[in-house]
Amino acid sequence: MGRITLKKVQKSFGSTEVIPPLDLEINDGEFVVFVGPSGCGKSTLLRLIAGLEDTSGGTIEIDGVDATGLPPAKRSLAMVFQSYALYPHMSVRKNIAFPMKMAGLPKAEQEKRISQAAAALNLTDYLDRRPGQLSGGQRQRVAIGRAIVREPSAFLFDEPLSNLDAALRVGMRLEISELHKRLDTTMVYVTHDQVEAMTMADKIVVLQAGVIEQVGSPLDLYHTPRNKFVAGFIGSPRMNLIEGAEAAKHNVTTIGIRPEHIAVSGESGDWKGVVGVSEHLGSDTFFHVKIDGFAEPITVRAGGNVDLHYGDTIYLTPQADLIHKFDGGGLRV
Amino acid sequence: MARAVSSNRKLLNTLIAWTIGLIIFFPILWTILTSFKTEAQAIADPPIFFFFDWTTENYSVVQERSNYMRFLWNSIIIAGVSTILGLIIAIPAAWSMAFVPSKRTKDILLWMLSTKMLPAVGVLYPIYLIFIQLGILDTRIGLIVVVMLINLPIIVWMLYTYFKEIPGEILEASRMDGASLKDEILYVLAPMAVPGIASTLLLNFILAWNEAFWTLNLTAAKAAPLTAFIASYSSPEGLFFAKLSAASTMAIAPILILGWFSQKQLVRGLTFGAVK
Amino acid sequence: MATQQSRSAARMMMAPAVILLLAWMLVPLIMTVWFSFRKYLPLRGGDLGFVGFENYSRFISSSSFWPSVQTTLIIVGGVLLITIVFGVILALLLDQPMWGQGVVRILVIAPFFVMPTVSALVWKNMFMDPVNGIFAHLWKFFGAEPVQWLSQESLPSIVMIVSWQWLPFATLILLTAVQSLDSEQLEAAEMDGAPYLKRFWFIVLPHLSRAITIVLLIQTIFLLSIFAEIFVTTGGAFGTKTLTYLIFQRVLESQNVGLGSAGGVYAIILANIIAIFLMRIVGKNLDT
Repeated sequence: MGRITLKKVQKSFGSTEVIPPLDLEINDGEFVVFVGPSGCGKSTLLRLIAGLEDTSGGTIEIDGVDATGLPPAKRSLAMVFQSYALYPHMSVRKNIAFPMKMAGLPKAEQEKRISQAAAALNLTDYLDRRPGQLSGGQRQRVAIGRAIVREPSAFLFDEPLSNLDAALRVGMRLEISELHKRLDTTMVYVTHDQVEAMTMADKIVVLQAGVIEQVGSPLDLYHTPRNKFVAGFIGSPRMNLIEGAEAAKHNVTTIGIRPEHIAVSGESGDWKGVVGVSEHLGSDTFFHVKIDGFAEPITVRAGGNVDLHYGDTIYLTPQADLIHKFDGGGLRV
Repeated sequence: MARAVSSNRKLLNTLIAWTIGLIIFFPILWTILTSFKTEAQAIADPPIFFFFDWTTENYSVVQERSNYMRFLWNSIIIAGVSTILGLIIAIPAAWSMAFVPSKRTKDILLWMLSTKMLPAVGVLYPIYLIFIQLGILDTRIGLIVVVMLINLPIIVWMLYTYFKEIPGEILEASRMDGASLKDEILYVLAPMAVPGIASTLLLNFILAWNEAFWTLNLTAAKAAPLTAFIASYSSPEGLFFAKLSAASTMAIAPILILGWFSQKQLVRGLTFGAVK
Repeated sequence: MATQQSRSAARMMMAPAVILLLAWMLVPLIMTVWFSFRKYLPLRGGDLGFVGFENYSRFISSSSFWPSVQTTLIIVGGVLLITIVFGVILALLLDQPMWGQGVVRILVIAPFFVMPTVSALVWKNMFMDPVNGIFAHLWKFFGAEPVQWLSQESLPSIVMIVSWQWLPFATLILLTAVQSLDSEQLEAAEMDGAPYLKRFWFIVLPHLSRAITIVLLIQTIFLLSIFAEIFVTTGGAFGTKTLTYLIFQRVLESQNVGLGSAGGVYAIILANIIAIFLMRIVGKNLDT
C-alpha cells in the first residue's frame, strides 16, 4: 500500500509562495521522481509529504486517509536524507533498530529484520561499527536499511546520491532501482540530475518554480515534452532550441532538435557550419557547431570515430519528423 | 597556525611560556606551599620556598574552628543542584532556539544575556524581602534558585551554540523514524551533545561554586557555602598567613582537582562554545 | 523550516526559561523602583511614605556618586584593556611550538577557578601586605620602600587582582581563535612580503576581532558586578567604591533602602547603556 494524493497543496514562506496550488497522484508501487533545477520546490514538496513542513493549503492523502495534519511519525513513511542523517553515537545495528525501537517492536522481530536488511544491503560485517567509520556508500546503505526495516507504505528520498562520487552514484542508482523492484513499494525520489530521473523513474514530475511542468514516463518526456522547459531539461546533452528565421520556416517561435537527431555530412545538408569545441567520449563525440544566423552553437552527436577538427566546415541535417515545435508561450505545437 | 621551527626557537618559546605560566600560577602555588608552614615560617623574610618543616597542623586548626565539611557540603549542594536544575530548564529552551529558530530567537537570547547585566546590588533588598517573606533566607533552596537563575542565561547560550552544530536533518530523521519530542531529545540530541553538555555543566558548576555576591548576602550560618567560609578569614585572622592559606586551599582544592581531571571539557566550556 | 506542531512545542519548551528569567528580572526591578520613591529606613521607622524624586536627587548629589561611577568605569576599562592586550600576547605565545604546552595552558588557566574571595584575600595579605607580603619582601630586597598597595595604590591593586582572575579566560578564548586561523592566509601574506607586525595587524588581529568581542561582552557582564574583591580587600575605602559597592553600603550599612534603591535604578540605567552599546556590537559580530 502506498497511494499518495496531493490535492491543491500549496506552500508559502511568509508572503512568498514557493508552491502554488498543485495536484498530484502517486500510485501504489510507483517509482516517482521529482526533478528540476535547484530552488524549484522539489525538496519542499517532499518535505510536505513527509510532514516535516506544514502545508499552507490543500490536503495530502496517504492511502485514502487525510494525513495533512499528521506528524511525520504517524504517516508510515520512511525517508532517506541527502546527508544520510545517521545517528553518529549509535552503531549501525542501533541506527537500523531505532525506528523499530520507537515503534515498540519485540526484540526478536527487530533482530530478524536487522539481519535481513543487513544481508540485503551488504552490511552484515559492519553492524557493530559507528557511522563515522563507514564510507559514503556504506552510510547510504545504512540510511536505506533504517528506512526499509520499518516496512513503510512509501519511501522518500531527498537527493540521496548527491554526496557520492560519480562511480558510486551509478552503483547506488542500480541498487535503489533493484530495491524498488524487489520491495514493490512506492518510492518518491527527489533529484536535480535528469539522468537519475530518466534511469530510475516509472513516472517523472518536472518542476520549475513550484509548478509542475509535466508528469509522465521518462520516454514520454523525451519524445513529447509538453513545453520548452521540459524539452531543454530532459535529455543529455540538452536539446538545441532555435529561434528566429529558422523557426519561422516551420511557422512557430521556437524549434527544438536533439543532438542525436542531426545527421552530419562533409558535403551537403540543410545547415552549413564551422566546428568549434568537440568533446570525445569514446563511444560518442559531441560537436559544438557555429552556424551563421543562429544565436547559439548547435550541439551534435556523432559516432566515436568521426574525424573532424576545430575550424572544419560541415553540413548538418535535422531529422524532419523529430523536430519539436513550440509557440510563443513555449508550449508544444 | 603552528609551524615547524628550529629547536632553538622551540627552546626559547618553552622558556618564555613556562616563565609566564609559573608567574601566573605562582599565587596559587604560594598559597598551597604556605598552608604547610608554621606561622613563623609563613612570614619569614626572606620567604622560604620548599625547605621548611612541612606540617598539616593548619588544616586541623581550620577544621576545628569552622567546621569545613558543612561549608563544603553546602557548596556542593548549591553548585550541583543549581547547575543540574539549570540544565533541565535550559536544554528544552536551547533545543527550541537552535532547531526551531524564529525571527525573535536572537533577540530572546540577547535579552537573556542582558538580564545578567542587571546589577545584582540594585535588586538586593527586594530579593532579601522576598526571601524573608518566603522563609527561605539562609536556606540552600533559596540559594539554589538564585544561583540557578543567574547562571541560566549562560547555560542557555552555551547549549544553544553547541546544539547549533548538530545538523537538523538528524533530528528530522528521528521524527520520521517515529520518535516523539521526548525521544528525540533523550535518545538523539542529548547523546550527540554530550561533550557540549558536559562542558556547560562543568563551567557552570565552577561559576556557581565561586559565586560570591548572593552567597555572601543571603546566608548566615546554616546555608553558607565556602565563599562565606573564606570571607570569615577577612580580618584580623587574615594576618595568620598559614591558616589563611590552609583555609584558601581547602576552598579551592575541590575545583582545582575537578579542573585537572576534566581539562578538555573545561577548555571547551571556557570558550562558552562561542569560538571554534 | 518547521511545522506548526514543532513551533508550538518550541514555545512550550522555551516558556519555563523565559518566564523564570522574566520574573527574576521584573519582580525585584519593580520593587526597587517602588522603594526608590519612598523614604524607607527599616531600622529607623520603616516605610515613611512617598517622597517623590528626593532619593534620586540625594543619591546623585551625594559626593560619592560621581567618583563611584568613575571608579566603576576605571576598573572595568582597566581590566578589559589589560586582559585583552596580554591575552592576545599570551595566546600568540602559547600557539608557538614548545615543550609541555598542555601543562603551561593549565598553569595559565588556573586562576579562573579560584574563588574571588580567596584570590582577594590571598592577594591582599600574602602579596600586598606592606609588612609581610611577598611584594614587600621583594621591594626591600631591591632596597626600595615597600608600597602600601591597598591604601596608596588601591585602584591599580584591585585592577591587578581582577585582571589576574580574568586573564585566563581572555587568553583561552583568544588562543582558540588564533588556532583556528588558516595558516595558508599567513603564508600567502608572507609570500607577499608582509613583515611580522604587518601580518599581525592586517591578518591576525582582524581574525581575532570576533573573539575579542566575546571577551569584551562576557567580561563586562561579570566585571560590572564585581563585589567580593572590594568587600574583602578595602571595604570600599581609599577610592575603590564602585557604584555597586556604594549602593551596597547605602542599603546594608546605612540601612537606607529608599536611597539605595534609587542608586540601584541608576546602576540599572548605567548597565543598560553599556548593554545596548555592547549588544549592538555583539549582535552584529555574532551574525557573521
